[in-house]
Amino acid sequence: MISTEEIQLNMGPQHPSTHGILRMILTLDGETVVDVRPVIGYLHRGIEKLAENRDYLQFVALTDRTDYLSAMMNNAVYSMAVEKLAGIEAPERAEFIRVIMMELNRIASHLVFVGTFGLDLGATTPFLYAFREREDILDLFEMACGARLTYNYIRPGGVSRDLPAGFDRKARAFLKKMPSRMDEIDDLFSKNEIVLVRARGVGVISAEDAINYGMSGPNLRGSGVVFDLRKDEPYSVYNRLNFDVVTQSTCDCLGRYLVRTGEIRESLEIVEQALDMLPEGEHTAKAPRALKPPAGEVFARIESSRGDLGVYLVSDGSGNPYRLHWRPPSFINLAAIGRMVKGWKIADTVAVLGSLDIVLGEIDR
Amino acid sequence: MLASEQIEQAIRNRFPDAVEETGETAGTPVLFVRADAIADICAFLKEEPGLDFDYLMSLTAVDWPALGGLDVVYHLYSIPQKHYVTLKVRAGRENPVVPSVTSVWKAANWQEREAYDMFGIRFEGHPDLCRILLEADWEGFPLRKDYVER
Repeated sequence: MISTEEIQLNMGPQHPSTHGILRMILTLDGETVVDVRPVIGYLHRGIEKLAENRDYLQFVALTDRTDYLSAMMNNAVYSMAVEKLAGIEAPERAEFIRVIMMELNRIASHLVFVGTFGLDLGATTPFLYAFREREDILDLFEMACGARLTYNYIRPGGVSRDLPAGFDRKARAFLKKMPSRMDEIDDLFSKNEIVLVRARGVGVISAEDAINYGMSGPNLRGSGVVFDLRKDEPYSVYNRLNFDVVTQSTCDCLGRYLVRTGEIRESLEIVEQALDMLPEGEHTAKAPRALKPPAGEVFARIESSRGDLGVYLVSDGSGNPYRLHWRPPSFINLAAIGRMVKGWKIADTVAVLGSLDIVLGEIDR
Repeated sequence: MLASEQIEQAIRNRFPDAVEETGETAGTPVLFVRADAIADICAFLKEEPGLDFDYLMSLTAVDWPALGGLDVVYHLYSIPQKHYVTLKVRAGRENPVVPSVTSVWKAANWQEREAYDMFGIRFEGHPDLCRILLEADWEGFPLRKDYVER
């Protein structure tokens, strides 16, 4: 009499396909996944507790280290929260510079996604293509603030320094060549037969479930929910820019992938408009070095590359935050993976995890 | 999209005894409610047409030793209606117990685990309440103001 048994297999925490230090305890029936339990916390550095012992300006450097692939976004949402609390308004030029940086960061982050999603499916070439393009963006960031990954650039009041000479020319050169590079990536990868078989119909989550799980960003838009904070709850100067919200209605890995490649193209348009509209002026408001926002609380949220990035900031009138809660989209998005992966194979788990585009720094803080 | 007062009034009408205090932050109504009513209030906010709070933005906690309590803070948003509401529940610092809202939004699952991990708040009815960021055998609740580093 032959019988079968479910087994538990450990995936991670050290694993090339888990996008960081993530452990997933898979319960398997043969090769079919019956359940997955993510175990996180390997990258927990206590950022929320550290915030209570730093002044408001010092903390900006820590924000870079949460979602380190979209550090400009982290700087921005925190700066917005502090500005709301302290009643500071960033000058118009600073807001346009912020948009340029955030959208370039979105492109860079989505390029990492495209490259690593390829690796997850077993294709190594897209990784090289995507990272080659991303180098140009990192060069631009290095020109502007001296760093390639953790910028400490967008600060309460504006940005730390104005754009250097030559930035505009170099940025426009990048914007000009990028659409044809995206066409190359589409020809090579997005329309590839193997990708379509591995990603179409895999890891489905309905719009209703996605909302109930609190999912956001391309993961939500890949399930057909037309929701983008840049349009629905505009911040900075997004309401003055022309762009479309990219959605797909297939609710699967392919949908989430196509939303991101579509967003790269939209972001190129946004950066170009912002460069055209960039006004003269100050790059930062006159804000005191030692900020002491009045007692109170604020919740700021922006559309980061990964979704709805929020900061809940409570001030007690002193120079340090009383409580800072970082609401990371990846943490909320990852919780839904059990739902999306049930009944699929281990290799599909990797594809679904890749399609969620998580960053462990943000999940664990 | 409803005005701040309308959202507040809708909750008061349905749960007249549960609302302890109201306020507003930047146009968003903030309501302190009784802990035992939180799950029902959340279900009402989600299901009631016109309120439609289908999206739990954030669930976290703040330690107020000076006020003698741990506040659990719920930031809710409605994707169809585009309005916000913030609910707060105050639990005692000695033995904080709050009903879970995982039955209303699955998004609450991990966030309640994090609040338990960092503050020691027990969420009644949570399907799987255990630490999420720290190791299972960690002692103490780090985000509490009286936490002593080991």
